[in-house]
Amino acid sequence: MALILSQEAQMVRDTALDFFRDRSPITALRKLRDDRDPVGFSRDLWREMAELGWTGFLVSEDDGGSAFGMTGLAQVMEAAGRTLAASPLLSTALLGASLLSQAGSADQKAAYLPPLLAGEHIFALALEEGTRHAPHQIAVTAERDGNGFRLNGQKTFVQDGHIADTLIVAARTVGGGITLFLVPGDRATRTRLIMVDSRNAARIKLDNVAVGADAVLGPLDGGADVLELALDRARAGLAAEMLGSANEAFDRTVQYLKDRRQFGVAIGSFQALKHRAAQMFCEVEMTRSAVLAAVSALDESANDAAALVSLAKAKANETLLLCSNESIQMHGGIGMTDEHEIGFFIKRSRVAQVSFGNTAFCRDRYARLMGY
Amino acid sequence: MPTLTTFRAETRAWLEENCPPAMRTFMPENEQVAGGKRAKYVRPEQKQWLDRMAAKGWTAPTWPVRYGGGGSSNEEAMILEEEMQDLGCRAPLRGMGLSMLGPVLLEYGTEEQRQAHIPPIVRGEIRWCQGYSEPEAGSDLASLRTRAILQGDHFLVNGHKIWTSNAHLSDWIFCLVRTDPAAKKHEGISFLLIDMDDPGVRPRPIRLISGASVFCETFLENVRVPVGNLVGPLNKGWTIAKRLLEHERKGIGGIGARNAAKFEIPLQTVAKQFFGERDGRIADPILRDRVASFAMDSQAFQLTRRRAAEEAEAGVPPGPLSAMFKLQGTELNKRRYEMLLEAEGFQGLGWEGEGFTEDELRFTREWLRSKANSIEGGTSEVQLNIIAKRMLGLPD
Repeated sequence: MALILSQEAQMVRDTALDFFRDRSPITALRKLRDDRDPVGFSRDLWREMAELGWTGFLVSEDDGGSAFGMTGLAQVMEAAGRTLAASPLLSTALLGASLLSQAGSADQKAAYLPPLLAGEHIFALALEEGTRHAPHQIAVTAERDGNGFRLNGQKTFVQDGHIADTLIVAARTVGGGITLFLVPGDRATRTRLIMVDSRNAARIKLDNVAVGADAVLGPLDGGADVLELALDRARAGLAAEMLGSANEAFDRTVQYLKDRRQFGVAIGSFQALKHRAAQMFCEVEMTRSAVLAAVSALDESANDAAALVSLAKAKANETLLLCSNESIQMHGGIGMTDEHEIGFFIKRSRVAQVSFGNTAFCRDRYARLMGY
Repeated sequence: MPTLTTFRAETRAWLEENCPPAMRTFMPENEQVAGGKRAKYVRPEQKQWLDRMAAKGWTAPTWPVRYGGGGSSNEEAMILEEEMQDLGCRAPLRGMGLSMLGPVLLEYGTEEQRQAHIPPIVRGEIRWCQGYSEPEAGSDLASLRTRAILQGDHFLVNGHKIWTSNAHLSDWIFCLVRTDPAAKKHEGISFLLIDMDDPGVRPRPIRLISGASVFCETFLENVRVPVGNLVGPLNKGWTIAKRLLEHERKGIGGIGARNAAKFEIPLQTVAKQFFGERDGRIADPILRDRVASFAMDSQAFQLTRRRAAEEAEAGVPPGPLSAMFKLQGTELNKRRYEMLLEAEGFQGLGWEGEGFTEDELRFTREWLRSKANSIEGGTSEVQLNIIAKRMLGLPD
């Protein structure tokens, strides 16, 4: 396990930081929100990201990717978190690419991976059904119908589900296990969820949706095992994104403490604020170590990868919660205005925390893995 | 790298052959070896282990061979530490000579000072203590008043130091003294090495809340110190003082990573023992959540220490991270003991006697001892100030 970046990963990081700062600053998210953009991200920008190779990090070289792994993808996601960039990185470059690479048949890979890699085809994992992340609580059913299946039920919080070309639906099958299905997006009834972070998700209704046998992704009744790795990658990738957001909110706040003057001095000279800023610094550094360890362990298929992923997501949850809250408090009144960008971080924080495991979920999993 | 692989194998073999079995057991507080003329050994293996390690220079692996050190690279030292941890080897020697004074003498001392003082530190022959704090100079250390007046070939020292850990068991004391009372407070301080054989040096132990007396107050009355015992230039002691504090913070911040880690009773084991177990889980879900939260913060801290070490090896210029490690390490250690006692319930309340096991009594005393972690070597608040100033660039 390496806790420092290779030269290659550092190059990806530098490229990504420049890219998002120049091409997708927070003003871009604000515009998508204010325009009520029906897609919720820029398709042109997504194609550019694909050209940079970011869609292929979890795809093997034989299948047209670079297999650069989670360490590389985490650098991109962290940079995206810095500017709160809306994109299908998580839904498509991470979850879509991971699930297809892990479990796709030769035909499925041939059909789906080229457009995914080109940034032309958006995926969405239709997993959640309850009020919080619960990967094994699946009630959506897939019943045999001739050679194929009929899917029934509802999914919620399907990220990028409102425009996904293909939904990857986790459904309960006859054997009692979970099976993954590739379902064309337009076969479901989709309600876009307008969320506080101005990012993208949908509620999805599957009403007797018929699919062929070729829609089954991975082994029948064996979807839970396939999901295990993909979800851990998602948690780690999201933790990286949250680290970027926390670090950015923190950096902006420290700058504000130096610039803002009250009582004739910079407010950053007040110990009450200094100490809290220093605490935030420590938390950001701890989170960075946890994220680096998690992605490195995932890439090496280390035994403790799942525990390290739980650690990374829990720390990212806590640290982004802390930094986004403190950033508003320390900005004072201006931090409450829509005009100022600092408020965007706390909105994203709330959504990202709930995604793929809140802190309680991560702690419970960590404790279980550690034998208590 | 084949050379490091070889080094690891050879180190392992040497440790297996030379570390006595009795030195591969849990090390209670009273069996820590600090050396010095008044050293007492509970078991003969302690001295044997110290001598064997010192002969290889492995009490101070990275110090130069010409001063008795091991001459190892940082990588080799890390391998040695890892192998010692893996075998559960006790640290053969601890103390302020190794952790604080030695590194500072290597950087700022004259050749004569290094020759005179470093080899006895490596061999555990001389025990050092730290004359920093004074009754009126705690967190505001630079306001110290102990006065040293230059009189020809010696300084005449008068003053009153406090929280001088183990002064009553030490042979020498490194002291911050005021040599120019007219200068600004940071600019009139010098760094002196003082032989405690001088009858004017009188340490008096202070009884602490834990019942132990590791701290002293030390009176200095007309103590004559040869000019040759001045480290660095006259009135430039503050620079050295601060560097030494960085080394001290590293030591205290590393408390969570002591080599006894192998024998440390895990918090979750204590929680299961006293609260019971359900389906392999700590039966009380709230305690379980808090144990996990603590364990996760600890792991993130250890990973950060490891990342800093990897960055240092890769040649990334080190930030003043020691302040962060001191802060986090000590706060985590305090939290660990709070949780241990909480998990023990009634059994966490014992002071002495038959109603409690040895471990239970030890936890109580260590819980109280841990409260000093975030005070000694610069309080947590001082560490936060340092981070705010030096890492975040916030104004005074």
